[in-house]
Amino acid sequence: MSEIIGYILIIPGILFNIFGCIGLVRFPDVYNRLQASTKCVTLGTILLLIGVAFASHTGPISAKAVICAVFILITSPTGAHAIAKGSYLSGVKLWDKSVVDKYAEQNKQK
Amino acid sequence: MVTLFYIGLFLCCFLCLYRIGRGPTAPDRTVAIDILGIVIVGFCAIQGMVTGKDFYLNIALAWALLSFIGTIALSKFLEGRSFDE
Repeated sequence: MSEIIGYILIIPGILFNIFGCIGLVRFPDVYNRLQASTKCVTLGTILLLIGVAFASHTGPISAKAVICAVFILITSPTGAHAIAKGSYLSGVKLWDKSVVDKYAEQNKQK
Repeated sequence: MVTLFYIGLFLCCFLCLYRIGRGPTAPDRTVAIDILGIVIVGFCAIQGMVTGKDFYLNIALAWALLSFIGTIALSKFLEGRSFDE
């Protein structure tokens, strides 16, 4: 029974991973790629780890998978924000069809 | 069923490697390296579930830590500052 619940959680996780990586290849800009791939791959990997925690019968694998899921949930958005600020300050332009740039507006007001 | 899991994760890894090789700027490669690290954590978890050994999850935890530290270091390098600011 627990294996069935685990597989039901693992299959959407791998599908989210594949969609995020297709977004990483297909989108036109650094910021679009960052948004699509980071959100999809974080959700997919957390679903996969919780599915592994359900599907495995021994205790240590489940405990370590849950710890790893919490760790990825904390660190992945932090890394994404750091990459976004670093790439903006290193001079990468936005896509020419992007319409809003809040960071430049805030710096203009100061 | 397990073979399908491996095929899906291999597809993710090859798409990330395509973006690392092809990416026009340095932040593209940094994003792809971050995503590749998270995908490999999932890969280690699947391997631990299949073989029933728990040291693969230790590898996954250490890989998540090193990937996060590498991402932060690369983003500070892109920002143009030194590491101790």
